[in-house]
Amino acid sequence: MLASVVAILIGAVIAAVLGFNPLAAYGALVTGAFGTSMALSSTLAGAVPLALAGLGVAVAFRAGLFNIGAEGQYWIGVIVAVWLGYHLTGLPGWLHTLVCVVGATLAGGLWGGVIPGLAKAYRGAHEVITTMMMSYIAIYFGQYLIAAGGPMHAPGYNAQSPQIVKDAWLTVLLPPQLTTAVFFAIGAALVVWWGTFHTTVGFRLRAVGANPHAARYAGISVPVYTVLALGLSGMLAGLAGGVQVLALDHRLMWGFNTGYGYTAIVVALMARNHPFGVLLAALFFSALSTGGQNMQMVSQLPSSLTDVLTGLIVFFVAAERIVPLTIAWYRRRRGARAQVASAREGGR
Amino acid sequence: MASFLEVIDVRKYFPGVKANDGVNLDVRAGEVHAILGENGAGKSTLMKLISGLYQPDGGEIRLEGRRVQFDSPRDAIRAGIGMVHQHFMLIPALSVADNIVLGDEPGGIRYDRREAVRRVRALSEKYRLSVDPEARVARLSVGLQQRVEILKVLYRRARLLILDEPTAVLTPQEAEELFEVVRHLKAQGIPILFISHKLDEVRAIADRVTVMRAGRTVDTLPTADASPQELANLMVGREVVLRVEKPEQRAGDVVLSVENLSVSDADRRPRVRGVSLAVRAGEILGIAGVDGNGQTELVDAIAGLIPVSGGRITFLGEDVTALPPGERTHRGIAYVPQDRQRDGLVLDFTLVENTMLRDVAHPPFSRRGLLQHRAARAHTEKLLEAFDVRPRDPDRKAGDLSGGNQQKVILAREVSREPSLLIAVQPTRGLDVGAIEGIHRQLLRLRQAGKAILLVSLELDEILSLSDRIAVMHHGQVVDIVPGDTATREQIGLLMTGTRSSESEVAQPSNR
Repeated sequence: MLASVVAILIGAVIAAVLGFNPLAAYGALVTGAFGTSMALSSTLAGAVPLALAGLGVAVAFRAGLFNIGAEGQYWIGVIVAVWLGYHLTGLPGWLHTLVCVVGATLAGGLWGGVIPGLAKAYRGAHEVITTMMMSYIAIYFGQYLIAAGGPMHAPGYNAQSPQIVKDAWLTVLLPPQLTTAVFFAIGAALVVWWGTFHTTVGFRLRAVGANPHAARYAGISVPVYTVLALGLSGMLAGLAGGVQVLALDHRLMWGFNTGYGYTAIVVALMARNHPFGVLLAALFFSALSTGGQNMQMVSQLPSSLTDVLTGLIVFFVAAERIVPLTIAWYRRRRGARAQVASAREGGR
Repeated sequence: MASFLEVIDVRKYFPGVKANDGVNLDVRAGEVHAILGENGAGKSTLMKLISGLYQPDGGEIRLEGRRVQFDSPRDAIRAGIGMVHQHFMLIPALSVADNIVLGDEPGGIRYDRREAVRRVRALSEKYRLSVDPEARVARLSVGLQQRVEILKVLYRRARLLILDEPTAVLTPQEAEELFEVVRHLKAQGIPILFISHKLDEVRAIADRVTVMRAGRTVDTLPTADASPQELANLMVGREVVLRVEKPEQRAGDVVLSVENLSVSDADRRPRVRGVSLAVRAGEILGIAGVDGNGQTELVDAIAGLIPVSGGRITFLGEDVTALPPGERTHRGIAYVPQDRQRDGLVLDFTLVENTMLRDVAHPPFSRRGLLQHRAARAHTEKLLEAFDVRPRDPDRKAGDLSGGNQQKVILAREVSREPSLLIAVQPTRGLDVGAIEGIHRQLLRLRQAGKAILLVSLELDEILSLSDRIAVMHHGQVVDIVPGDTATREQIGLLMTGTRSSESEVAQPSNR
């Protein structure tokens, strides 16, 4: 919270230095994000994949693991949901949706969790490397699938897959973008919250994250919980992809690269891994991105300022512990300098 | 003689531990000054304060009468403090001369190796620390490597030499050679601060000795006037000698038996070699030994935390050698680990969460996988009350508690599970006197209640005052098992070096 406030203030200073009125700019940002039903619809819809993937990253963080490959798990989720979405026909709509969502979730879990999790637990391969590498594989695999001649390429000039059967699409709640996908995000946050704080599995997962030595001593199998945490993390990121493609794009296309999986890391950081905090943080970043476009139109302030804000927030979240440390160090240093100087003179 | 180094009422606190709490020290020019104290008395912390690794929270350090404050080891080295660490900091692949001049090389941009060798040779002749400057460090014995370390600090014009437990890694012959070196350096006018917990060594080498106990300096006296008995009393603290009343008790059935157990570490080096022992209900079996002789590995293997490479562990008549640690816990093995902050507690968790850490899968903490917050809280409140943990607030984080209270929480958790066997490793390490007494009382209460207790400690007095039988470990083996009521310090001390006295041989058969 503090981090975002400081970031917003610094953003205002930057805007002012560049010769724009910061109040007008931020005003345009807020109206752009929440001012009209259309804006609100886009902001809420954009928050859904951020929230789901953010929950995934947060679950891994809780267990002391850094799932940096949420983007790839998201892609795998999209690929599987799309494939199931146009291959299967004749299912009732709700069942078809469910099959796509479950498929995406499982695929994400396999991609992000089981493979890097096993590599970490039994071979010591660091999850930052493996999840990232797996992420690139997923992204390029997806692009290969829809390139001309690829197995999922739809006839035509565009690099895209066939469309998911219409019956499987998620229902629009508030046009143009907000769909029932929002319930998945809220539901997932509730499940993650309940699981983390009210089950023995969640308790053990937190113990492994907070102190793996003590967890081992307490009889908790750290390897098993490593695989589990990364698996759950990947499942949520895969779910994010599946839900998003069923809600909006309905197909895999060129230029689908969204960066949701990367922003999700920032979302989890800002929320300090709390599931409900993730919902708020996702909304915040989604608002920044939809509002940023309006800000650019109204005040001519480049929308990349929102990227600056994001960067500042990450910096201050990370720095929150550095600030008091720096102050303590500075105080000690100032007190000590005089004495050391006098000691050196006489010491030689 | 004038004071060279004075330490006045220095304090250093860590979360939960008063590592140094009022330390006074006065090292005079040209003397060998020993610091004597048990493990955890605060000797290492004091050395780190003097050598600039830590900064004191209170008090002051004076060098030749001037107050100094070191922000880093570099400041301390510049002021003439030469620290020889217990663990060497050498680069094995480089030559002796390279290691010594490293960081302060002769020559400009081009390193002048010949000059380095020349300087090191001159230095080693001046202080009679003979070592070949061109030899590769990797090929030197431990004793010679220590010499290189000493030369390293002398090269940096150290005016005070600190040796931190220097004989811990040496053979007796090497130790004798080291003493020769120390005497020669003293003759050259370099004061030496000698850290040790061995009485005989201190009496052999030091002019004066300062005794530390529980983070404080107790007394400073000339070694010539001090009898070993007197020093031992000071070290342990006469007024706190914990001759706890140990009621008569007949040992019952065998609860734990370990047969021919072997354990290897991660590098496949054997740490425990064919140990056999048994603990009965209502008895405390103490395991004595110098640190690092396989005690930790032995109990970790019994608790199931590390795999065994051979042998059998039988608990309550059943073979548990292959069971996972959680299952052994559930069957009734409680374990108070050596490092309470690393292994015993999750410092970021509340006391409620720490109480349920080991048994979260069982009632009252959970039912069918769901946590029972209210029941867990009530249970924790009861435990905090029974063990007098302060503050008595179940929602406090474990990291907020003092070391003694942290230990009480662990003990409360382990004892409340009604175990058949309690393994306690260094249960009173770093605790203040009152807390130690409380913990000892709890252990004896458990003994009265018919539990089997395996007590591992580096403090001989703790072992001697609590144990019904004492197993002494050396180099991964049990040298002997002797009855606790007749055992003496000297007898145990001798066994700790791996030597069996003839009279104790008849007491108990032990393995090879």
